[in-house]
Amino acid sequence: MVEQKNKPRRLKSREAVGDTVFRGLTLGTSLFVIVLLVGFVVLLLSDSGESIVKFGLSFLTSSDWNPVETEVNKIAFGALPFIFGTIVTSIIALVLATPISLGAALFVSEYAPRWIGQPVAFIIELLVAIPSVAYGLWGLFVLVPFMRDVVEPFLQATIGAVPMIGALFAGPAQGQDILTAGVILAIMIIPTILSLSREIITQVPKLQKEGMLALGATKWEVLSKAVLPFARGGIIGAAMLGLARAIGETMAVTMVIGNSSTKITPSLLNPGYTISSAISNQFTEADTAVYFSAVVELGLVLLLVASLFNVVSRVLVTNMAKLPGGAKA
Amino acid sequence: MVQVQERPAESKSQEVRGKVITVKDLSAFYGKSRAVDEINMSFQPGEITAIIGPSGCGKSTMIRCINRMHEEIVGASISGQVLIGDDDIYSPETSPMRIRRKIGMVFQKPNPFPTMSIHDNVLAGLKLNSARLTEPEEEVVERCLREVALWDEVKDKLQTSGVALSGGQQQRLCIARAIAVKPEVLLLDEPCSALDPIATLKIEELPIGMRNEFTIILVTHNMQQAARVSDKTAFFLGENGKGGRLIEFSSTTEIFTTPKEKRTEDYISGRFG
Amino acid sequence: MSALVVVSAEVAQRGELRKLLRRQVMNSFMAVLVTFLSVLAVSILFTIFGHIVVNGYSSINWDFFTQIPKPYGESGGGIAPAIAGTLIMLALAGVVAIPIGLGTAVYLSEFGRGRFASSVRFCLELLAELPSIVVGVFIWAVLVRSVTGYSGLAGAAALVVIMIPIIAKSVEEILHLVPDSLRESALALGLPRWRVVLRVVIPTVLPGILTGVVLAMARAAGETAPLLLTALGNSFFNLQLNKPMAAIPLQIYNYAIAPYDDWHAKAWGATFILIVVVAVLSAAVRFYTRSKKIETR
Repeated sequence: MVEQKNKPRRLKSREAVGDTVFRGLTLGTSLFVIVLLVGFVVLLLSDSGESIVKFGLSFLTSSDWNPVETEVNKIAFGALPFIFGTIVTSIIALVLATPISLGAALFVSEYAPRWIGQPVAFIIELLVAIPSVAYGLWGLFVLVPFMRDVVEPFLQATIGAVPMIGALFAGPAQGQDILTAGVILAIMIIPTILSLSREIITQVPKLQKEGMLALGATKWEVLSKAVLPFARGGIIGAAMLGLARAIGETMAVTMVIGNSSTKITPSLLNPGYTISSAISNQFTEADTAVYFSAVVELGLVLLLVASLFNVVSRVLVTNMAKLPGGAKA
Repeated sequence: MVQVQERPAESKSQEVRGKVITVKDLSAFYGKSRAVDEINMSFQPGEITAIIGPSGCGKSTMIRCINRMHEEIVGASISGQVLIGDDDIYSPETSPMRIRRKIGMVFQKPNPFPTMSIHDNVLAGLKLNSARLTEPEEEVVERCLREVALWDEVKDKLQTSGVALSGGQQQRLCIARAIAVKPEVLLLDEPCSALDPIATLKIEELPIGMRNEFTIILVTHNMQQAARVSDKTAFFLGENGKGGRLIEFSSTTEIFTTPKEKRTEDYISGRFG
Repeated sequence: MSALVVVSAEVAQRGELRKLLRRQVMNSFMAVLVTFLSVLAVSILFTIFGHIVVNGYSSINWDFFTQIPKPYGESGGGIAPAIAGTLIMLALAGVVAIPIGLGTAVYLSEFGRGRFASSVRFCLELLAELPSIVVGVFIWAVLVRSVTGYSGLAGAAALVVIMIPIIAKSVEEILHLVPDSLRESALALGLPRWRVVLRVVIPTVLPGILTGVVLAMARAAGETAPLLLTALGNSFFNLQLNKPMAAIPLQIYNYAIAPYDDWHAKAWGATFILIVVVAVLSAAVRFYTRSKKIETR
């Protein structure tokens, strides 16, 4: 029997029915995942379509949020106060959380012996397991009074007296305001930034550190001149991840931010909204088609912003190893 | 110089199991690169054949073509035929699983199933396939463990985990597992290379006892092992980019005392490889 | 001349000393700062936990678990409907999310190669990063507005979206830890792929898989925002999936923002239970997986 010798035969093994079914089932679930995500995005886009078309860019730039048509005010949905609130609270959270997380990360990976460092990291990362509403509850009944009675008066008395910057702390100290929301967000994102920073710091090649130590550098100098510069991209990436989480946070924020004022003021001591708290506050009232569409558009905006920071974070973290100064350990 | 032992006079009993395994013009590919080149050889039932050669000459790849494990690698393919008796194992109606139940394999690194006891490991090939057992479980376990000289060492701890044994014991367990399904052919892919010399010796004795019951193909880079254990020996050599070829194939005595090819002689006397 | 040299050498030495001192002070300062920041983070955690335990513990009694809420102003009663609602929605969500998550993980680890698999992984990443309120908005727009109204069913659907990526990602990671040699030896015995996966691979890592599932459930149990827009919550006892359903986190939220002290106390109590269940499970599971490795030698 003469066979084709030169063409390698594609092996088509006859699989048992079971294998085909099995592969088909698992393929099906995977397809579902893709369909779910695609459907998710498509749906958000289509349902917010009415609002996008009607308000266009003013959705993002106008402060007019009027769900109810009156003689004086037409229906308008300008989400700027919400966007403002999201930005400001997230920045506060980032500013407060990053030093703490970074410090703790350095402590755990560089300063503390393993038997202290590991449990400390474990404990701090337990913060992640606390549900958002628990943070909200604690924020509402513990943090808010504390801010109102202790911190905010203090800030008003000190920085508040300084011209220009003092405007940050103007107005009555109510406790339920943007500043408090920022603080609670900071607490919530500490473990996120911490765990990623830890990973990144441990990836710094030991050679660099040892080289500097051998030159007689102090521990801090090794960290600040060899480790941190190398890890800088990744740490920023960790901060971005924390930021993404803060942006998407809802319950804790909605319980401490006041949800009452759509005026944009420079004072952090005023109540406000974030995009997510606005959604949670208003969705039950969305009885007209355009209101509904506006709320969905809020969700879309939130999704885009949070996703943006997630992507930035991932890019920064994966590119860290490729920065000059060291190959991946 | 490799010592070849005098083999006891062949007592070809009537119960030689199995059929002749024939490899015809077999080439194996990983994607576009050829790992094995136009192999033609046959394995007589009940005999022990050793395949020797330097690393990378395609020995393992070739025997993986015999039990159709080669195709489990993405992008792998073959050309040519492998026959059991007259049946082409690569015919489209033949399921690879059926072939693998007839042609068992023991791998280089012992890998008993970690969540199963010794008892369950031996029976794994039968029970996981929901095969009906013709003998009671305990008898199968004892028979197979005796055949691999493991019974005395583990008979009191059959319910303990399979991975709690030493490397050599684990490998014998894997051999027991392979023979429990009563294959016709047993492929041994460098079974001792991950083991210490004493464990190696213990395992080397096994194929000799199994002769006639199985057709055994032993891939090894240890020439002394090949000389000690096998009836026939095949020498493979890979040329750059062209895949491994069968250089010489004859009785073990001949290969190691009067090889016909210079390359064989060079390899055996340690001039390379 | 030499005097000048000696003097300038001394000055230089003193300068060197000063610099060295500065460096050492800086070093010690940073060490203290770093330690302080860690202590700060740890104490924040303990503070929060402490408050929850102290404030919540007193509300816990048998009634709390078994009774329905009393109307405004009346004290007593419990959060039984919320507990029931959480359990029902978790169970329903699990029935859908676990097979899908597992199936996807198995596909990616056993079959998936090439562009399709990468796309699936990418989708899982994106799904995992979705803010939970947006998940709520999605189900709100798809189901609540037109199909089911505010309901336990919609709530379960939102939890499904949240659970799938968690389960799929953690199980895939675990399956990758199984060495290929295990699959090979099972295949070499003549087992079909599906048996290899179901009877050899998965049993080898079953504890890890259960871990992933438990973690996903713990996450879902604590989620509020997606349930807010879907299940809405209910002050009456309701086990019907087509009506608004209570859930523990929703109950906490509703009690917390109400003006009644008794309800505030109950909110603490419910939070206490939630923390105990969610956080302890997560911590235990994390601790467990750190010390477990696959034993294949």
